[in-house]
Amino acid sequence: MRKIFALVVLLPCVAALILLAAELPPYACPDNPTNNEVPARYLEKGVEEAGAINIVTDIIVDYRAYDTLIETTVLFTALVAVMLVLKGVEKQNAR
Amino acid sequence: MPDKILREITSLLLPFIQMYGIYVVFHGHLSPGGGFAGGMVLGVSLVLYILVFGLDSCLRKIPHHLSSALESFGTLWYAAVGFVGLLRGASFLMNKGAGIDVGTPGELFSGGLIFIITIGVGVKVASTMLSLFYTLVEED
Repeated sequence: MRKIFALVVLLPCVAALILLAAELPPYACPDNPTNNEVPARYLEKGVEEAGAINIVTDIIVDYRAYDTLIETTVLFTALVAVMLVLKGVEKQNAR
Repeated sequence: MPDKILREITSLLLPFIQMYGIYVVFHGHLSPGGGFAGGMVLGVSLVLYILVFGLDSCLRKIPHHLSSALESFGTLWYAAVGFVGLLRGASFLMNKGAGIDVGTPGELFSGGLIFIITIGVGVKVASTMLSLFYTLVEED
């Protein structure tokens, strides 16, 4: 019974996701909506405005530096989570 | 691990792996790579050192509290560098817009704050890998 219920729930989700994926724009097509003025600006003025010839570094450390700043704390959070899970258990056993 | 071949090959290869990691970090603004990729190479080289030469010999060189301190230092370094833009009267983390000299694009010491931030991120990622491995291994 639970398997049938799971199927009834899952199949519409799968159908919705497949329909959604079918509606995605084709890969690497120049007419895609993501190919607007933003990447053109990065490619044309990135070196001039940010000062690094690697455009990816220009974007992640200069144009989107806030994003990268918080991204570095993701690793910190992962380490804190591991330490909490492992060392927290050890402390409880010691008490 | 008392395997002679493994120890000899690793001690030959480790300097080159670490040099490559430092190279990727320092050339983050010139070539593909950057702080995350280069720091990961450095961190994985330290993990390889632990796997081959044992946990204690690595703990003697880089104690656990040092790698944890470096780990926190990387994020603080990034945020502190961000305040340079504020102090110069522009917005947080502003680089060239804050009037910082970015040098000639294409040279090693160019890019202004990008270069400094990338080094901080590299140190942070490498020490995070090492701290994670220490924490997981010490729990055995």
